[in-house]
Amino acid sequence: MEVPVLKQGPFLIATVQAALTDEDLVHLRRAMVERVVIARSLGVIIDVTAMDIMDSFASRTLREVAQMIRLRGAETVIVGIQPEVAFAMVQLGITLEGVVTALDLEEGLNYLQEKFSSSA
Amino acid sequence: MAKDVERLERRTVWHETLVQGASLEGTAVLLRELVAHLRQNRTQLREEWARRITEAKLLTAMSKDEIFAEATAVYDQYVEALETGTFEALQAYARSLSERIIPRGVETHEVVGIVLLLRDVLARSLFAKYQADFTKLDRILDAYEPAANRIANTVAVGFVQERERVIRQQQEAIRELSTPVLQVRERLLILPIIGVIDPQRARQLTEQLLRGIRTNRAKVVVIDITGVAAMDATVANHLVQTVEASRLLGATVIVTGLSPEIAQTLVTIGVDLGKMNTVGDLQGGIEQAERLLGYKVVPIGAAS
Repeated sequence: MEVPVLKQGPFLIATVQAALTDEDLVHLRRAMVERVVIARSLGVIIDVTAMDIMDSFASRTLREVAQMIRLRGAETVIVGIQPEVAFAMVQLGITLEGVVTALDLEEGLNYLQEKFSSSA
Repeated sequence: MAKDVERLERRTVWHETLVQGASLEGTAVLLRELVAHLRQNRTQLREEWARRITEAKLLTAMSKDEIFAEATAVYDQYVEALETGTFEALQAYARSLSERIIPRGVETHEVVGIVLLLRDVLARSLFAKYQADFTKLDRILDAYEPAANRIANTVAVGFVQERERVIRQQQEAIRELSTPVLQVRERLLILPIIGVIDPQRARQLTEQLLRGIRTNRAKVVVIDITGVAAMDATVANHLVQTVEASRLLGATVIVTGLSPEIAQTLVTIGVDLGKMNTVGDLQGGIEQAERLLGYKVVPIGAAS
């Protein structure tokens, strides 16, 4: 299941539609890191609302995406982590340290817009 | 040879059964005699018992008349249990008695005490009656003691069970008085925690808070733990987990009201609270939250 990536102004939005296999995650990572420079994006939002499980591989991959995208000159926000998922994650000790998180897509966009309107 | 041994064993078994049967028969007869004696002296023994209860300063929460009324009921149940050998009625009575007296602050030792007193009073009366015939007394006591002990046991266990039931009920009630998640401003929630945090409650708290964050679209949460008396490593870790889970939902958490004792404990046991945003009191926490959200609160006079 491939993850569609949409361009919205200066931002890229990747919306996860269903549970992802490890392969899908690797694919998503490569696609995002490539496209962020091609699209000259300032920020990337990954919407994981539809993910009802976040295992250690998924969270590590998301963290790597965030770090790689920072190296490519843009900011990443993970949005839409479900309360139950968040609870399960912290119990497993997965905290997505160093990654910006927001409640939902709207919040994530607000965050990026504020950030880039103040620095612009 | 083997056959002989087998036969011998079988004979032994048969013999023992016979002896047991005979002694059971004897016990029943003795118990009947005992019960008749206890019925005859009901008034006197009951009074003696009630007197000794008062003397021993048991059941101080109850008036003399009440003690006497309960003593009468217990006495009759006691004799009946001795007579019939069934304990269901006594058990039911012990339970309803416990239900009545527990709210009045009657303690376990008092209940056990009165039942043991009754046992002693009755045993004394048996001594007095059979003092001339020592072998008979011995056999009567053989019949009386196991039954009496079992009765004492039944009543005590019934009381303790009832008490435990009450405690369980209260625990549930406390749990249901769960902590509210309150919105004080748009996108600002407060979570005042009062009382003891156990793992179950911590879990419930976190779930409630996360749900609250989503429904209220909160950006900042102030967790006030002024009302938490003590904190150990487990509880502190729960708190850290709550903070981290909230962050995953995009909310910043401010913890307020850590008492000096809790601060000392946390430093001593070396819990890493570096990730936690802490402010001295609830007021300071709310002020900081307002700053984070871009609110500025000014007195009406100063604004104009």
